[in-house]
Amino acid sequence: MRTVQTEVLVIGGGATGAGIIRDLAMRGFDAILVEKRDLTHGTTGRYHGLLHSGGRYAVKDPKAAVECIEENRILRRIMPHCLEDTGGFFVVTPWDDPDFGDTFMEGCRKAGIPVEEISVAQMLREEPLLNPNISRCFRVPDAAADSFLATRLNAESAREYGAHIWTYHEVRDLMMDGQRVIGAVCHDLVRDEEVRIYADMVVNAAGAWAGKIAAMAGLDVHITPGKGVMVAINHRVLNTVVNRCKMPSDGDIIVPIHTVAVIGTTDVKVSDPEHFAIEPWEIELMLDEGEKLVPGVKNMRILRAWAGVRPLYQETKAVDTRDITRAYTLLDHETRDGVSGIITMTGGKWTTYRQMAQVTVDRVCEKFGVQRECRTHLEPLPGAEKHGGYHWLGARFADVERRQAYGDLICECELATREDVERAIVQGDAKTIDDIRRMVRLGMGPCQGGFCTFRAVGLLHRLRHPDVEDANAALRDFLQERWKGLLPILWGQQLRQERLDELIYLSVLNVDHLPGPKATPLAPVMYDPPTGEEPQARV
Amino acid sequence: MFVEQTLDNCIKCNICVTECPVAAVTDKFPGPKYEGPQAARFRQPNQPLTDASVDYCSGCRVCNMVCPTGVRIAEINARARADMVRKGAFGWRARLRNNLLARSELLGKIGQPIAPLANALLQNPLGRLAAELTLGIARHAPLPAFSRERFTAWYRAHQATSAPKGKVVYFHGCSTEYYEPRVGRAAVRVLEANGFEVIIPPQNCCGLPLLSNGEFDAARGYHRRNVNSLVEYARQGIPIVGTSTSCTLTLKEEAPELLDAFDEESRLVAEQTFDLSEFLLNLHARGELNTEFRPITLRAVYHPPCQYRAHRVGRPSLELLRLIPGLDIVESQAACCGIAGTYGFKAEKYEIAMQVGQPLFDLVRATGGPIAICDSETCRWQITHGSGVPSVHPIELLALAYGYEPEGVLSQLNL
Ligand SMILES: Cc1cc2nc3c(=O)[nH]c(=O)nc-3n(C[C@H](O)[C@H](O)[C@H](O)COP(=O)(O)OP(=O)(O)OC[C@H]3O[C@@H](n4cnc5c(N)ncnc54)[C@H](O)[C@@H]3O)c2cc1C
Ligand code: SF4
Ligand code: SF4
Repeated sequence: MRTVQTEVLVIGGGATGAGIIRDLAMRGFDAILVEKRDLTHGTTGRYHGLLHSGGRYAVKDPKAAVECIEENRILRRIMPHCLEDTGGFFVVTPWDDPDFGDTFMEGCRKAGIPVEEISVAQMLREEPLLNPNISRCFRVPDAAADSFLATRLNAESAREYGAHIWTYHEVRDLMMDGQRVIGAVCHDLVRDEEVRIYADMVVNAAGAWAGKIAAMAGLDVHITPGKGVMVAINHRVLNTVVNRCKMPSDGDIIVPIHTVAVIGTTDVKVSDPEHFAIEPWEIELMLDEGEKLVPGVKNMRILRAWAGVRPLYQETKAVDTRDITRAYTLLDHETRDGVSGIITMTGGKWTTYRQMAQVTVDRVCEKFGVQRECRTHLEPLPGAEKHGGYHWLGARFADVERRQAYGDLICECELATREDVERAIVQGDAKTIDDIRRMVRLGMGPCQGGFCTFRAVGLLHRLRHPDVEDANAALRDFLQERWKGLLPILWGQQLRQERLDELIYLSVLNVDHLPGPKATPLAPVMYDPPTGEEPQARV
Repeated sequence: MFVEQTLDNCIKCNICVTECPVAAVTDKFPGPKYEGPQAARFRQPNQPLTDASVDYCSGCRVCNMVCPTGVRIAEINARARADMVRKGAFGWRARLRNNLLARSELLGKIGQPIAPLANALLQNPLGRLAAELTLGIARHAPLPAFSRERFTAWYRAHQATSAPKGKVVYFHGCSTEYYEPRVGRAAVRVLEANGFEVIIPPQNCCGLPLLSNGEFDAARGYHRRNVNSLVEYARQGIPIVGTSTSCTLTLKEEAPELLDAFDEESRLVAEQTFDLSEFLLNLHARGELNTEFRPITLRAVYHPPCQYRAHRVGRPSLELLRLIPGLDIVESQAACCGIAGTYGFKAEKYEIAMQVGQPLFDLVRATGGPIAICDSETCRWQITHGSGVPSVHPIELLALAYGYEPEGVLSQLNL
């Protein structure tokens, strides 16, 4: 057992937690972040990839819309290298109310979102695969955002300011002194040991898990995980974010991000943020809706499906709640529940993570009785200046070409070189192959790990010298993780791919029977449906 | 869009990589899988250029043929190169060089009337060295010699025989017109020996050299004019045949696919276009081919050009040659001769082209016959250059077997 003391302990290594720890560190707090798996293991690593302009909320939720456009402007400044400046369209399809367009324009104007109606001909020139029967098109400053990179850079910046980020540290209990939270009991999954972290203040940023954390202090925070399923198309059928111009609903956005285009999402309440399945009707619905925007998309190659869980917060106690906005919620448990030493930040969107962090740390300052100004909106994330601009689709390819590194590719589909993977293992301290994936996009392309998994395990073994049994288990973990996202879309071209991958791993490498455990404690547990539960019907 | 959409078929099996003749001999070319289905996912119109290595694709289409899932790799590569041209990735010198090499028709029009002078210049080592230094045209590459007489000039003076079987349009291509009219004469004779009237409508270059140099706009003009001139015949159901496998492939599918020319007229012309051997073998299948061949006692390598394999019609020339008594044909299994149209003429690619062709040159030499046989003109020049053995078109042997006077190297062989 280890014991540590700090000023602030942040629980949760998603966008919110990473944003908070950076802000804390920049404002001079001594802080530690614990995440039970890798950074972005939660919803942040399973979202849609959209930097909202606010257009989506312009009519339904004007407050959220204002937050989005404010943050949109800031994030473009501080992390252009995590964004692709795709721009966004809101389009009126034959299935939508044509008059909604005017309401939409009005809503955008009120929220301060730059909006411009363009001709359908112009739209088709820019995006020839869009449905030619679309009747109106509005342009807004949406963009695509790489949350893996952004979160990691927030953490990196926090480290530069002296914070500690401990991944694979799961909070198992909160330590109390009367009505006061004084720290957390964590379990280090890698070393398999207990770590007690004493803190003057605990910030609960566990997203959809926030209710579980709060419950450890006897607090009643009612979070309903709302599952959303997304489907990736094998290549960029679009280079602009396309939204249906209507009230937000299922499957009404396609986001081009990196090498894929993603259709999403559904919204289904589930009982557990970790155990839920991707249901066939959800995939079907995504494709049916995608077809309305891009005719023919149904017959294209679908690469993978995944799902994330929205932290849907419902206030159970009417009193003393600081409902900051309808988009995110800061719970001060001292005023709300009479339990001090802990605050909870939940809800919101990836787009507003920085504002959420700012609001949270403002409250932390208040609690500590200090006044320190937030600077996260002013100071760019590491690498932004050097990089100089937005990310663009061909950037990786250009880099490989410039370095003539094509002979040294580990992941051929996503162009991750040996150097990239080695850096992820050594500097990035990757614990699993899935960690490497989040850092360099290994295994995220068409073959879904078919040709890179064994290479990555080889490198891991060469650099870290684990027992062969452990290396085998790491290989199995990753294959299993990829496989789970493939099962729901296993037909056509991707099925053909999986047959080949199956031959490689099961027939040639005999992966099922290599010595070692079937899986490790670090293996991802997502998409294992809860046993004995009925399939979730459409609500 | 059709071409790029096929990238989704790729299952990364690497078969194309193991078969690509260029990737096998140079590290400058990462191979078909990388350039085709993989790189295509990173290319976006209106973005800065990213490709440099794709220009090392020779366009031989071996990859297309071996790909088990039908990815149009060579076409994806060709379109990527065209995109580079459009975005100005090639310097003016490379553009000038490529355009010179790719405009065989223009060269023919200029060079052929002054054939003796032009040939002297083109074969002059000093001139060639200068051309390599200034333009990047490889000094040892096998530039052909202009012919004294144009093929169409011969044809106009030619007395047609009676034609009970109907009409055939002959697409002769630039090489027959300006460099090797003997191939065209053989084609006309063979068709006439089978009872056809041969029509030769006005035509220009098929545009393939331009397509493979990324000069799509110029190629589009050429293709359009050919379609305009040929479509009436196609409508009447008159077959259009050619002796140049790349011209016919262009009319059949390369131009429509690469240029997105899927209009009705292009389709009609494509459907009516046949390689001459393919056409004759079809006749044979119907029992309509004149098979009164006299024996030719000869052993020779037959190399099916890459462009011909891309027709996906088997080996019609080989089957026809095997009908000629006495001919002992050794079928080449070599992937490619290396030249790939204009590729091997470029200084930076000459060595690659020679290495690609080496197994074929070795086979030709080891077989030891006095000639090699190949349907495609640039391949014939390359085979001769690499092996020292003169090369002929299969149709020349057919003409000989029908009893016509041999021409060119065949006349020196005493067959
Ligand atoms: C389907 C879907 C699509 C979305 N698309 C978009 C979009 O396009 N744009 C946008 O702006 N927003 C989008 N969102 C919203 C956005 O993704 C989330 O609001 C945001 O990612 C939440 O981040 P977070 O850090 O609060 O939560 P999370 O990312 O879930 O982080 C919480 C972390 O806490 C960790 N944790 C849990 N329990 C423990 C424990 N006991 N000990 C230690 N750590 C623990 C988890 O592992 C997790 O990593 C989407 C949401 C969903 C569900
Ligand atoms: S066309 Fe030929 S050179 Fe080009 S990638 Fe295919 S096999 Fe290789
Ligand atoms: S042969 Fe076809 S399927 Fe196989 S890697 Fe090459 S392009 Fe992909």
